[in-house]
Amino acid sequence: MTETTLDWMALANRKPKGKRPSYFADPQNEELYSILLSLVGEVSVMRQRLDTVERLLEAKGSISRADIEAYVPAGDAAAERSDMIREYILRVMRGPMQAIQAMTESAPPIDTVVDELINS
Amino acid sequence: MSKSSGVHVPPYRAVTKHDMFPSATLDEAARFDFITHMNKFLASSLGAGNKIAYEARVLPAFRKEHGRDPKDRFEIRHAMNRDPFHQLWSASKRNTMEMRQQNGRAIALRQLDELDARANALNAGKATLQLDPTVEVPRYQSAVDIHCMPGCYHGEERPGDVSAGANYDSGLFATTAGALGGLSDGGGQAVVQWLRANYPNWKPRRVLDIGCTIGHNVVPLALAYPEAEFIAIDTAAASLRYGHARAQALGAMNITFIQHNGEDLSRWGDGCFDWVQTTMFLHELSGKALPQIIREGFRVLAPHGLMLHVEQPQYTLDMPLYEQFIRDWDAFNNNEPFWSAMHGMDLKQQMVSAGFAPEELFVAAVKAVADRTIFPEAATDETEDHGRAAAWHAYGAWKGGEPK
Ligand SMILES: C[S@@+](CC[C@H](N)C(=O)[O-])C[C@H]1O[C@@H](n2cnc3c(N)ncnc32)[C@H](O)[C@@H]1O
Repeated sequence: MTETTLDWMALANRKPKGKRPSYFADPQNEELYSILLSLVGEVSVMRQRLDTVERLLEAKGSISRADIEAYVPAGDAAAERSDMIREYILRVMRGPMQAIQAMTESAPPIDTVVDELINS
Repeated sequence: MSKSSGVHVPPYRAVTKHDMFPSATLDEAARFDFITHMNKFLASSLGAGNKIAYEARVLPAFRKEHGRDPKDRFEIRHAMNRDPFHQLWSASKRNTMEMRQQNGRAIALRQLDELDARANALNAGKATLQLDPTVEVPRYQSAVDIHCMPGCYHGEERPGDVSAGANYDSGLFATTAGALGGLSDGGGQAVVQWLRANYPNWKPRRVLDIGCTIGHNVVPLALAYPEAEFIAIDTAAASLRYGHARAQALGAMNITFIQHNGEDLSRWGDGCFDWVQTTMFLHELSGKALPQIIREGFRVLAPHGLMLHVEQPQYTLDMPLYEQFIRDWDAFNNNEPFWSAMHGMDLKQQMVSAGFAPEELFVAAVKAVADRTIFPEAATDETEDHGRAAAWHAYGAWKGGEPK
């Protein structure tokens, strides 16, 4: 495929018009979080590529880059991959997921437990 | 592989390609896969935390401070926006939207020469595409880039291109996790199914679709009623160019795409359409444009003609305030500035003011049928991703009563 003369890599990043809401107390965290989430996404992309290579190698023994690029997961492979990504997201999102559980747990600070155990 | 979770999301590679569809590389498709899963995760697993945060601490703190419950969805929003869990959830959702746009734009822009060439080949000299450079982009379309899509529906990277439509088309399957079908036309398909079930003998001759964008939902209507003449209007030339080429590629030759503003339909006489349709359109207007468009739609509608507006459900008095608040997220975080006001409107009242008699009105629940080529056997995840669910309300009316 021929690529355009546009600097599409840079243009892909264009900001949508309209003031962006701020989510965190410190504005720099907005950018740091955006980098972090993109990185989380890119690791997932790499895992899919690896999964593709593994499946193709298993099926064919030797493969070309064109084989990898053309690969379409179907049937069990599609379902397994769906599980793989879901599991991956749940794993990297451990912190916020545990925060949900923490909201419904009324646990005292650990110091309190430490003090309590000394005397019991 | 261990036992599956049962919440299967179709791979991006399952999307239906047509001659205008931008091709995605392995990594670009994988990026969309991640985004699809992230949206699911944010709607279900992590999304559940919002209600918990609300009940466990935000509401108690509000009651303590004000001595009463929140009186509307806006008070809930202000209180929730201070909650650290909700902040992280919202930031994650906003970022996922931004990542979707970045990926779609990279895909569309990198192959723009070829996409433009294909569109030109399909569009050149066709009377079914009528662009009018004097049509202005309404303020409610230009104030912000709607759903954070850089350039909105009308933006161009260079004059005359199809980048906006191509980006929009490439990503919808990912944002909706395939729930709208391979061609992301589930809304239109659902309307066809509803009409076939309820009015099997109805044969519209002329149909007007207002705010068609790239024709996702008018194409299935046109294919279902091949004898009818469809007029699809939109103010955004960039979307129409792509949409017309796409419709031609899909064999919907009976749609004429016209760049035109729905607020003034004076080029069409009274009563000249049997059906006036909008799909996911009214929520992107303004307080004055919405009634004006419905009034104009009523005027051009023939006796016993059908007006149908397909939207996400309106907020009603019996809808809990918390649910209204969470359904409102897109308004404030995904550049949908009329979403909140529109969903709070009494659409029936709007239709009555436009000229319909109250007894002519109806609301039908229309739901996308899961596309079995995408979801072979598995039940689809039922958690609702608010604002993107594949189930709608059709707010409709037959002018002067149903056809005999
Ligand atoms: C959310 S999209 C509609 C989606 C589309 N109906 C579909 O089924 O895929 C809103 C569209 O309405 C167009 N629009 C907004 N105001 C308009 C107006 N006054 N007249 C005609 N089109 C308008 C926008 O350019 C945009 O393409």
